Amino acid sequence: MLRLEKLVKTYKTGDQALKAVDLDIPEGQVLALIGPSGAGKSTLIRCINRLVEPTTGKVWLDGTELTGLSSSGLRRERRRMGMIFQEYALVERLSVMENVLSGRLGYVGFWRSFLRRYPQSDVDEAFRLLDRVGLAHMADKRADELSGGQRQRVGICRALIQNPAVLLVDEPTASLDPKTSRQIMRLICELCRERGLAAIINIHDVALAQMFVQRVIGLRFGAVEFDGPPEGLTPEVLTTIYGEEDWEATIAPVDEDEETAVEAAE
Amino acid sequence: MPVRENGSLKVWQRRSGRESLFHWLIWLVGIAIFAYCWQQISNATTWFFVWDAPRISQDIWTRATPPRWEYISQLGKPIWDTLNIATLGTIISLFLAVPVAFLAARNTTPSALFIRPIALLIIVSTRSINSLIWALLLIAIIGPGVFAGVVAIAIRSIGFCAKLLYEAIEEIDATQVEAITATGASRWQVMAYGIVPQIMPAFAGIAVFRWDINIRESTVLGLVGAGGIGLQLSSSLNVLAWPQVSLILLVILAAVVISEWVSAKVRAAII
Repeated sequence: MLRLEKLVKTYKTGDQALKAVDLDIPEGQVLALIGPSGAGKSTLIRCINRLVEPTTGKVWLDGTELTGLSSSGLRRERRRMGMIFQEYALVERLSVMENVLSGRLGYVGFWRSFLRRYPQSDVDEAFRLLDRVGLAHMADKRADELSGGQRQRVGICRALIQNPAVLLVDEPTASLDPKTSRQIMRLICELCRERGLAAIINIHDVALAQMFVQRVIGLRFGAVEFDGPPEGLTPEVLTTIYGEEDWEATIAPVDEDEETAVEAAE
Repeated sequence: MPVRENGSLKVWQRRSGRESLFHWLIWLVGIAIFAYCWQQISNATTWFFVWDAPRISQDIWTRATPPRWEYISQLGKPIWDTLNIATLGTIISLFLAVPVAFLAARNTTPSALFIRPIALLIIVSTRSINSLIWALLLIAIIGPGVFAGVVAIAIRSIGFCAKLLYEAIEEIDATQVEAITATGASRWQVMAYGIVPQIMPAFAGIAVFRWDINIRESTVLGLVGAGGIGLQLSSSLNVLAWPQVSLILLVILAAVVISEWVSAKVRAAII
């Protein structure tokens, strides 16, 4: 459904952030993108919705090629790609409701959005989504009054109200505590399953990725080093992605969980 | 090097020997320049008039006090004109400054190569010419009166407002703009949702701050005939009506104090 073909991004400084990345994501698949800082994870997902212009290569979304689109065509396709950010990227001085409704900006005209006269169906959907993530009572609060976890939930609502086909998720848990991180990851994965969305999740926390996704891509120096199921992440694989380190502690908790689950089942 | 080995001791000093020598040299040059300038000014001054100053100011003080209180009945209209010049001038300048600021800010300008320099030129040129000079020019063009004062204040304020505003625009959080862009919003929607909410507090602060400055500037515009209380001031000075002058100065002082108070209140409420 989403296909990257030989995607290359070379920055003006000469740094090659992506080296001919090929990737094929079937419908409804949630995949985690792991790799060290500077490996090109953020660049990769930003090249998909062209917040960063790829240098060469192609991106196909359901048969539409994105890199060659005009600016109006690009805006139309961006509506089908919801994005969730590391620091939430809510407009701090707008209310929760306005932030959620801003996900509909690609669908409504300028004056309607400027005067905040969104169609009733959009408002209904916004309330439904806020209710789904447990923030229905916060609709009138200003975004900067919310806690980190609550803000990220609003960010999720903003992405989902676009009615997207794919979610591009950039470090959704990097600013959150461990418990909230798990809740947010669980929420994102549940919502993807409910709606049959594909998702690319950039994530630093390998154990967290293993817990929730079906497929892991390991990126190193802008090239795909690993592509497989989360169980395939052995210490040797992590060493090729990140470099030499004692990896047992990082992936152990998941294994233990599985073992205890198996023991309990027995 | 500020750190120097002295046996087993490591001595740290703010400056090395050579740096501190250079430092003192700079001070020496500065003092020499000051002394030279003082001498030049002294040569060009008729000291007789300066030594005379206390006696003259004493004389003016006795002539100016008490103020001619009944003259206040004629000052209501001029001070009202002055307030109007400042307020209308500020509003007009804000309307003009907002687009200039968006064209001048690096992150919103349509073309950094062609349009940004033009916007910066507008900012510099309107800022560098004093409102009194603008008023003189405008009186020649559109004739004397309040309108010339309003336009002078408006033009003079564009640069100031646009400069502060474009700096605010350049300092916004780019990820919020990115997030709005990623929803498929158009250029204008990105502006209305991603940028405007972020610069609103700065905008309100700048508007009130400039209004406050403009009240002070507009009190003197009448000196050149551009309306307001300065007109009364200049005619009173011309006929050496010192009790009227002192009353006018008191009225201006009151207006400025009140405007400062209002702008401080408004700014505190916004920020």
